[in-house]
Amino acid sequence: MSSRPCSYDARVRFVAIGLAAGVFSALFGVGGGIIAVPLLVLFAGVPERVAAATSLGAIGITALAGVLVYGARGDVNVAYAALVGLPAAAGALGGTWLQQRVSTRVLTFGFAVLLTGVGIWLLLP
Amino acid sequence: MSTTTIIVAVALGLSAGVLAGLFGVGGGILFVPALVALGLGQLEAQATSLLAILPTVAAGAWNQRRYGNFRPRLALALGLASVAGVGLGALIAISLPEPVLRRLFAVLVLAVAARLALVTYRNRPRYPETP
Repeated sequence: MSSRPCSYDARVRFVAIGLAAGVFSALFGVGGGIIAVPLLVLFAGVPERVAAATSLGAIGITALAGVLVYGARGDVNVAYAALVGLPAAAGALGGTWLQQRVSTRVLTFGFAVLLTGVGIWLLLP
Repeated sequence: MSTTTIIVAVALGLSAGVLAGLFGVGGGILFVPALVALGLGQLEAQATSLLAILPTVAAGAWNQRRYGNFRPRLALALGLASVAGVGLGALIAISLPEPVLRRLFAVLVLAVAARLALVTYRNRPRYPETP
């Protein structure tokens, strides 16, 4: 990604990736970074660190749009959002501290194990 | 809400934040199960997760500010394009029965777990290759 204006083709790809992230976000209650980051790297040639940092800004807009849509239906529980969202903000700030002490590989594997457990738990009747 | 429930929620929230900071995601993949564990329905948990994502990405963006990797115009383009997708995604989510939505979400969680396991495998320590 240089400072030159991006081509028409690149713009079409960015819009398509944004659309896909939006559908994913509202469908699953996630930010859309899960899908936007790999798509930006694979199909738009954006460097991984840039994709990860930039997607945070995009996620903010996507999630806000979702909050407005679901909030209008009365589906958003503000107290519960604060209960998990505020510790998460602390976790995001502390993540850098942790990264300097525990290898990223160990953390990634830990999350793979945690998510496998969570996925199986959600499938149980 | 029992004390145990609150501790579990806070622990999962913290983990979601660390995950978000590491991979540039919002943490929703852990918020939704945490909120389901707290007793919310699948759709309500997903809607609430979107609100919990906001402080998390704000903190993540604050962390990233000094690395110079943030592209504001690209973020704006992606974010605005995503708004149209949000309408479609919400329509699908609302029309699906909750047990179906929960199973679909579980499949997404397992897919992300598989991707993270693959990343761990790819980044394994390499030894000198034998010819």
